[in-house]
Amino acid sequence: MPPRIREHSRAKKGTMKRLVKHLFKNHKAALIFSMICIAFNVITNLSSSIFANFTTAVLTASISPVLEGGAANPQFGMNPFTDMIEVSVMGMNLATNLTTLLIVLGSIYFVGIFASWAWNRTMAVVTQKFLNEFRKAMFNHMQDLPIRYFDTHQHGQIMSLYTNDIDTIRQFVSQSLPSLFQTGLMCITLLVTMLLNSVWMTLVVLLGTIAMFLNTKHIGGKSAKYFVKQQMSVAKVEGFIQESINGLKVIKVFNHEDESLKDFDVLNEELRYNSTEANLHGNITGPINGNIGNFVYVLTAVMGLLIFIIPGFNNLTLTYYGSINLSTFMGAVVSFLMMSRSFSNNVNNFSQQVTFIVMGMAGASRCFDLMDEKKEIDEGYVSLVNVRYDENGEMIETSEHTHDFAWKHPHGDGSLTYTPLKGDILLKDVDFSYTGEKLVLKNVNIYAHPGQKIALVGATGAGKTTITNLINRFYDIADGKIRYDGININKIKRADLRRSLGIVLQDTNLFTGTVMENIRYGKLDATDEEVYEAAKIANAYDFISRLPDGFNTVLSGNGSNLSQGQRQLINIARCAIADAPVMILDEATSSIDTRTEKLVQEGMDKLMEGRTVFIIAHRLSTVQNSDAIMVLDHGAIIERGTHAQLIEQKGTYYQLYTGAFELE
Amino acid sequence: MFKKFKYVFGSVRQYKKYALITPLFMIGEAFLECLLPFIMSMLVDTIRNNSASFTGMDAFTTVYEYENLTLKFTINVTILGIIGVLLLMSLLSLFCGIMGGRTAARASVGLSVNLREDMFKKIESFSFSNIDKFSSSSLLTRLTTDIGNVQMAFQMVIRMVFRAPLMMIFSAIMAFISGGMLAWIFVVLIPLIAFGFFLIIKNAMRIFRKLFKKYDALNESVEENVEGIRVVKSFVREDYEKQKFNRTSDYLAGNFITAEKIVALNNPILNTAIHLANIAIMGIGCYFIFKTETVDGWGYTLSIGQMSSLLSYGIQILMSLMFVSMIMVMLVLSLESVNRIYEVLIEEPSIKNPENPIFEIKDGSIDFNHVNFKYKAEAEKNTLSDIDIHIKSGQFIGILGSTGSGKSTLVSLISRLYDLDDNGGEVLVGGVDVRKYDLVSLRDAVSVVLQKNVLFSGTISQNLRWGNKDATDEEVIWAAKIAQADSFVTSFENGYDKYIEQGGANVSGGQKQRLCIARALLKKPKILILDDSTSAVDTKTDRLIRKALKEDVPHITKIVIAQRISSIEDADQIIILNDGKIDAIGNHESLLKNNHIYQEIYYTQNRVGGDK
Repeated sequence: MPPRIREHSRAKKGTMKRLVKHLFKNHKAALIFSMICIAFNVITNLSSSIFANFTTAVLTASISPVLEGGAANPQFGMNPFTDMIEVSVMGMNLATNLTTLLIVLGSIYFVGIFASWAWNRTMAVVTQKFLNEFRKAMFNHMQDLPIRYFDTHQHGQIMSLYTNDIDTIRQFVSQSLPSLFQTGLMCITLLVTMLLNSVWMTLVVLLGTIAMFLNTKHIGGKSAKYFVKQQMSVAKVEGFIQESINGLKVIKVFNHEDESLKDFDVLNEELRYNSTEANLHGNITGPINGNIGNFVYVLTAVMGLLIFIIPGFNNLTLTYYGSINLSTFMGAVVSFLMMSRSFSNNVNNFSQQVTFIVMGMAGASRCFDLMDEKKEIDEGYVSLVNVRYDENGEMIETSEHTHDFAWKHPHGDGSLTYTPLKGDILLKDVDFSYTGEKLVLKNVNIYAHPGQKIALVGATGAGKTTITNLINRFYDIADGKIRYDGININKIKRADLRRSLGIVLQDTNLFTGTVMENIRYGKLDATDEEVYEAAKIANAYDFISRLPDGFNTVLSGNGSNLSQGQRQLINIARCAIADAPVMILDEATSSIDTRTEKLVQEGMDKLMEGRTVFIIAHRLSTVQNSDAIMVLDHGAIIERGTHAQLIEQKGTYYQLYTGAFELE
Repeated sequence: MFKKFKYVFGSVRQYKKYALITPLFMIGEAFLECLLPFIMSMLVDTIRNNSASFTGMDAFTTVYEYENLTLKFTINVTILGIIGVLLLMSLLSLFCGIMGGRTAARASVGLSVNLREDMFKKIESFSFSNIDKFSSSSLLTRLTTDIGNVQMAFQMVIRMVFRAPLMMIFSAIMAFISGGMLAWIFVVLIPLIAFGFFLIIKNAMRIFRKLFKKYDALNESVEENVEGIRVVKSFVREDYEKQKFNRTSDYLAGNFITAEKIVALNNPILNTAIHLANIAIMGIGCYFIFKTETVDGWGYTLSIGQMSSLLSYGIQILMSLMFVSMIMVMLVLSLESVNRIYEVLIEEPSIKNPENPIFEIKDGSIDFNHVNFKYKAEAEKNTLSDIDIHIKSGQFIGILGSTGSGKSTLVSLISRLYDLDDNGGEVLVGGVDVRKYDLVSLRDAVSVVLQKNVLFSGTISQNLRWGNKDATDEEVIWAAKIAQADSFVTSFENGYDKYIEQGGANVSGGQKQRLCIARALLKKPKILILDDSTSAVDTKTDRLIRKALKEDVPHITKIVIAQRISSIEDADQIIILNDGKIDAIGNHESLLKNNHIYQEIYYTQNRVGGDK
């Protein structure tokens, strides 16, 4: 598979909506609760500053001997802690004292802290729960995808959904989303309050906000562009490192260290450039916005002054238009300036989240792509059941493990018929193409009668593995038919079909866990004795017993502590324990040396006795005693017959056999 | 811990100037950030105090007297002047911010680039036993994710390391200037908060670090499932795997929630502190102000302006405290990554050039003098025991034995891919102990085609020139012809310029093996070792390769490990290895007559008419 650049670095439209919808599906209550708490938080923040202003006003009223305008202050000298003092803040009149105010303020703070703790905690819990659901949904969906998906997507890219992309979603849910809501709410409240004070000055602030948005879009956009480029460079470097580490031994025997370092440096330099640009633009967005905020501050002050000193330039607010009394207006300008600063800060905070949001959406979009992949369709209704025979020789369905199986075939009229599983497989006029264009198999006909051993021989790409892929329905045929004991395999439940086929693949994939668990993978409820038995059949018992912890030795990294041959033996044992009526051996013994293979062969022969077996092998010695050998070339069967017949024919098989021809 | 950070951060090298200058800019920015509100309040106060006299545009230029009650100084100012200063400072702060952002990016990215290069170089210097120690996936993570973490931590450190504490100190000073003894409230609060943060971080970190390992395990299991999806599906284990995954995922989520709940206490603690301080200052402050204004001779004076600046500086102190704690968290989180990078960087290659090495390899003779070898010192059994073999230059040697009998180990000693223990005997090439040669010269003279053949992405001719990068086209074709590769290469559309995909995915196994042989030949070695290198080549071509090797390069000592008797039957000596020991040495005829293992293999292969 050629390495591919990640399909899209930008999110598809509607991703945000979809993600939020997903989020709300199970966590509606918690999210609404969080939003209420955030709102409370915002309200307490604002009201606490109002009450703080009242505090100052009460204090001022009690300590100023004269009022503005020169009149004596009747409240001067009253104890602000105990006496009720009348004050007016932002048009609100109140008679109160400092003790009351401080208690109220303390309560407001308390509510605010509680609200902030509540939403922080709730969002943390929601984030983790949501990620857990999301991860599980993704994995569970992935497990049901057809093999085609895995064959056409780079595994590294699938992996990065679970690592990088989920992490960007975490950022989005836990940080950006609440911040978006909080700053949004703050900005709206501030905007309204500002408009109540002065429309002209608000305009200045809004102009500044527009400048900030433009800056965020421009510089932040550049940063995002380079972040995307950086991701690609990282992928390239990763690919190179991976290739180099895997081939390190070759590099060393060829003294090729310096040259490969040179190649590495080129990629590393490219990464450096993109990464620097990305970080650099990311780093300067904040300072620029921050200082636009400072400019706005100064400009608002100037605007306030202008309104005041230019004759006829009257103040306009949402509720009022006209010239106003000086001290009131100056108080308004001062509090306006504070608000404009806080507004700028909020906008800046918001713009800091933009990169996270862009990245989060791109990540979510890729995750959704996986979840949108179509699952393997299973329209089968014929199921595989265990049966036993009663004294009359009639089949009776049973839940016990017997070695007799039957296909249970429900009919339209509600009746059931049972067909004994024999292992009769027929491929008739089968055409197949992976891409829909180039036919990989052309008009293939194969009959495997129960208990027969059928060998497939041919060069790489001739279509041997494809045939087995069709029998177990990893892929579906384009044309022709495949019958299993006379039943169209499309009618058989996919899981039951596969359960009836024991497959040993050339690529040995073992799972992290003990050797025992790995063999038991073929039959989850197998006893220890059954595992030992299977290991003996595969001739793996001896070497496993010699491992440090015997059958309890933990394998990791795909059994990297075992040799390829040993992994294949465990592979065979895993298949042996599954005890499937039909077997497919795809290069099952390719890495086992001829001497050991001979030993394994005895066990295999025992295993294959009475079963239909498809066998693919390079070593012709492995397939020689098959009942029929099919020689494939470019997707078509060019010769078929027993070993003796084919030798007689003196065709391709004969040439392969005598070594005149190369297989792979 | 600091040693490791220092060591890893030391890779910043040519970007050091950026790393050093960044804090300067950040200090500048911090300084201006503290100063700006001060000037802003100056503007506000001037406007407020003098608004009564504003008449026209000259309000901007009229000189007013500004008295700062906090710092107790008086200056003459104009509004336009203050605005000018503000704008200038803002521009300066912008400059510092931009420069700081740029230099921080250059420095941190530079560090990660250098680290990646250092690690890559180090890995390339590893001997085979070093390579075996680290798994390839773990090396890859170290070179990507871990370096990414360090880059982030480094950027955070150089941007914040002076800025946050400075902000704190500056704010503290200002708090004391404006609030006098009231500022002590913060001094009492800071250690309390710091202690609270410390407890939170410590507890949460413990859980997090445990979880990160588990998280890695979860991702590994995803990888196994993706790689082994055919196994999962053919055993119909989808549901089993889902359950397994869901269990681990649930476990992770549960524990992350516990940890996050602890972390969620962070903000409330900080806020409680800020607000407690606010209330206390307001209460006490108001009392003081009231007394100051109404009672004469009260010793302590405080104004409303002073109180409000005390309040805002207090918030700044606590905020910078939070930043400091964030830096700590960042550093602790990156500790694991630093550790893993450090491990690679300090790993010493176990095979190094000797002092005063010998560069000249006389000929292709090889002697194993009573060699004993095991991969790990603690292993009970020797992989090779008492190997004593003497090979003359130009001989053709065959080695036969079952899986695990030590064939590959034996030949890897010749080019010193592994070293013998001091009392493990000696391996001589050209009559000299391999440990006395210059490594590059030795490996140039001994060409090995490894069992695990690897071609690299690039054209065929690029791949072949690995053997000798200055080889002429004629030489390349010469080598390809001996390896019987020329015929199929020229049949490709692009011939020698055909692009090989990663891992050689687009050529067949037999073709790959022949290209690898050609690559090895191009080195024009004195010794050529083929470790099971023709297993996928058909017998006829195999024979042709052997014939060409014999006729075209007769002076090269050839060692061939094979499974097929036919590949080695005409060797000068055939060595039968069994369980790490020499079972027999002889030629085809003598072994066929006397050696049990040889007979067994011969008859197995011949009964079925030879392998393939």
